[in-house]
Amino acid sequence: MTATDHISETVSAVYVSESRRVLATLIRLLGDFDAAEEALHDAFRAALEQWPREGIPANPRAWLVSTGRFKAIDAMRRRKRFDALDETGNGADLAVIDHAAWADEETVEDDRLRLIFTCCHPALAADAQVALTLREVCGLTTEEIGRAFLTPAPTLAQRIVRAKAKIRDARIPYQVPAPADLPERLDAVLRVIYLVFNEGYMASSGASLTRHDLSAEAIRLGRLLVELLPEPEGRGLLALMLLHESRRTARTSTSGELVLLDDQDRSLWDRALIAEGIQLVEQALASRRVGPYAIQAAIAAVHAEAPAASATDWTEIVGLYDALLRLDRSPVIELNRAVAVAMRDGPASGVELIDGILAGGNLRDYRLAHAARAELCRRLGRTAEARAAFRRALDLTQQEPERRFLERRLAELPA
Amino acid sequence: MKYLCLVYLEQDKLHAVPDRECADCGAGFRQSGLLVAAEALQPVDTATTVRVRSGKVSITDGPFAETKEQLAGFYLIDAVDLNEALQVAAKIPPAREGSVEVRPVRELQP
Repeated sequence: MTATDHISETVSAVYVSESRRVLATLIRLLGDFDAAEEALHDAFRAALEQWPREGIPANPRAWLVSTGRFKAIDAMRRRKRFDALDETGNGADLAVIDHAAWADEETVEDDRLRLIFTCCHPALAADAQVALTLREVCGLTTEEIGRAFLTPAPTLAQRIVRAKAKIRDARIPYQVPAPADLPERLDAVLRVIYLVFNEGYMASSGASLTRHDLSAEAIRLGRLLVELLPEPEGRGLLALMLLHESRRTARTSTSGELVLLDDQDRSLWDRALIAEGIQLVEQALASRRVGPYAIQAAIAAVHAEAPAASATDWTEIVGLYDALLRLDRSPVIELNRAVAVAMRDGPASGVELIDGILAGGNLRDYRLAHAARAELCRRLGRTAEARAAFRRALDLTQQEPERRFLERRLAELPA
Repeated sequence: MKYLCLVYLEQDKLHAVPDRECADCGAGFRQSGLLVAAEALQPVDTATTVRVRSGKVSITDGPFAETKEQLAGFYLIDAVDLNEALQVAAKIPPAREGSVEVRPVRELQP
């Protein structure tokens, strides 16, 4: 390997580890996403040229930021000079940038957090928040995001362009929200991260049950958020994702079929992820500001700690669902609680609760409500009811592995 | 930066918020240096639409589109950024009855 090869490998490694932080700082210094992206690329191009000659700088990130900023100012000056041929240009913008404080390490630390909160600003459309976060914070290409969300890349590119234009034209500030706004704004960030995770974990439609890359990105984002802003709900969400992720291998069979929690081979669960998840849940619960993500993570932790499905502490789980319902009276949570009650007290009490929820009307078209009812009826030997409920769930599902699973269950019912 | 906060209300809610409260709100904004202008509007059935096509003026009754909510008034404010504009908009009393659309003002390029 030649010295130049070695340098270009170093530059690639620095790109992977530092490019998002450099970008986040350049956005703050230049006040514009597109100018910052251009500056980022100019800075890395300069690194490829200069580092082989001059050696790798002691602090590559600081070098990249100041080089990128210099290149951007230079480009702006050149544009100004062209403009000045037509009319007298006004140098006010340049003065602002020239005096922008090239900040101390602590401000720089905050830039990625600024970037996250700006990308997840509630004034942006929900799908734009997701696309922008994956593009700017995670550095995925629009092609990669498009493949993951089964959306054409040009559609995504357009969403991102529109979101950036809104940030600029409506002047969405590049800042971490004030403490008074933080809980609500943090919710929006957590929602984006969890949506990315679930898209990778569940894939609500289409043939593949898991799209691992998205879940991995979501976990990376979750870790970054907890590192930058150690709030209990951030920890709760990271724990929830890690505990789900720990079961990834076990939840699909070698032939790609869905395996229910009860039937999973628990020796396949990732113990390191479970340990990390449980530690985060404990930290979140100890904070006394317990939110819905922390409680859901606590439920996942109870499952993770049970050596066998039959040894699950269902009383604890029902109690946690009760706590969750106090924060959020959602019928989906009521449904999950009903299943836990069925496990604790027997299937008949579960069916009774589910019938009550279905009578409420909200979940009448929710496939999992019918699938759960079918399963409980099957255990009670109420075969005709089980068959009807499985069929209803089948009509409602859009996911290929789930459809095959329900068909299998239906076929296994006694005649 | 200037933002226009457009207040939309359904016909039967046009008087749901007392005038007094809206006037006080405007006065408060003015005192904080946020307000450029604010007015309430007569109901949409008093509106007339003007169009000019090939130099010919056409005048018709009412607005172009029938929608459930109608423009009931506006506040033109001067805020640092969208976050401040949104905080101001949330304090406009009819926001709890209808909705407030926050639009950044575009500077004309002469």
